[in-house]
Amino acid sequence: MLLALAATTIVALALLSHLIAPRIEQLWTRHRARRRRVPSVVYDPGRELRAEQRARTLLRSCVNEEEWAMYRDLGFIRVWGSQAGGPDDGRDAHGAPYAYLIYPHRPIVAYVPQTHRLLNEYCVAFPDDAAPYGSARLPDSDDVLAKWMALTGDERRLIATANMHLPGRQLDPVQVSRDLWRLSRWERARMRNDAFGDSSKPIDTAP
Amino acid sequence: MKPGHGEVLIAEGDLDTAEDEQRLIEEFRRQLDAGLWAAVPLTARAGKREALMLRTFEDIPRDADRVIFFPRAAGGG
Repeated sequence: MLLALAATTIVALALLSHLIAPRIEQLWTRHRARRRRVPSVVYDPGRELRAEQRARTLLRSCVNEEEWAMYRDLGFIRVWGSQAGGPDDGRDAHGAPYAYLIYPHRPIVAYVPQTHRLLNEYCVAFPDDAAPYGSARLPDSDDVLAKWMALTGDERRLIATANMHLPGRQLDPVQVSRDLWRLSRWERARMRNDAFGDSSKPIDTAP
Repeated sequence: MKPGHGEVLIAEGDLDTAEDEQRLIEEFRRQLDAGLWAAVPLTARAGKREALMLRTFEDIPRDADRVIFFPRAAGGG
């Protein structure tokens, strides 16, 4: 009786093995994965702050004094477009001068300075796949500098690489329009300061 | 440029020294092979600043004091 029961169990196990084996293997793999030591990088705000300070120093050494002051006071940099027709082969700006606003880790916004009309958002990132401290994100000011170098060095290539969207996909058009208004105020205040020979001090554009 | 670190000095040397130049060329190629972009910040007309994107070591202006490597651009979401 016992022998028959054992034989039946073995046959049943043999028949079910193709179902059971993968499941056992999966459980074993999960168990090993849980026990494996994953090198975790703890977020260190001090390290990130030092990285950002280094990035700001580098950015300041690359852009001109006006661009640096703009970034310091407003949090973005304006770069003038250099393509004859506009950022997207002349279909948008209709030959008018156009410019970009560069924000850290936000899309680049193309607009017409004369009218403040927003043209497009260009979503672009500079991910470091090595992620040395667990993140692929550059410090804010490095991201701005990367965009600035890519735009001023090879605007066409950067725009071709970016994903283009209509204004408003990621950045609130009201906020961008407000930034353009702040920029206008900032430039007027800067001109006044220039007239009095003091263009280096920060300008507060808060209403 | 490195996440979590910012600016990192990769290599430095004097282009007038053959040994240094060779070392800088090799490092330049290594960075580009790793998928980075390279640029030199320049001062253009009327004090305007701009970058010169580099594809080969020979593109580097002789008077450039540094080359900045940064991750290649990718379309974002």
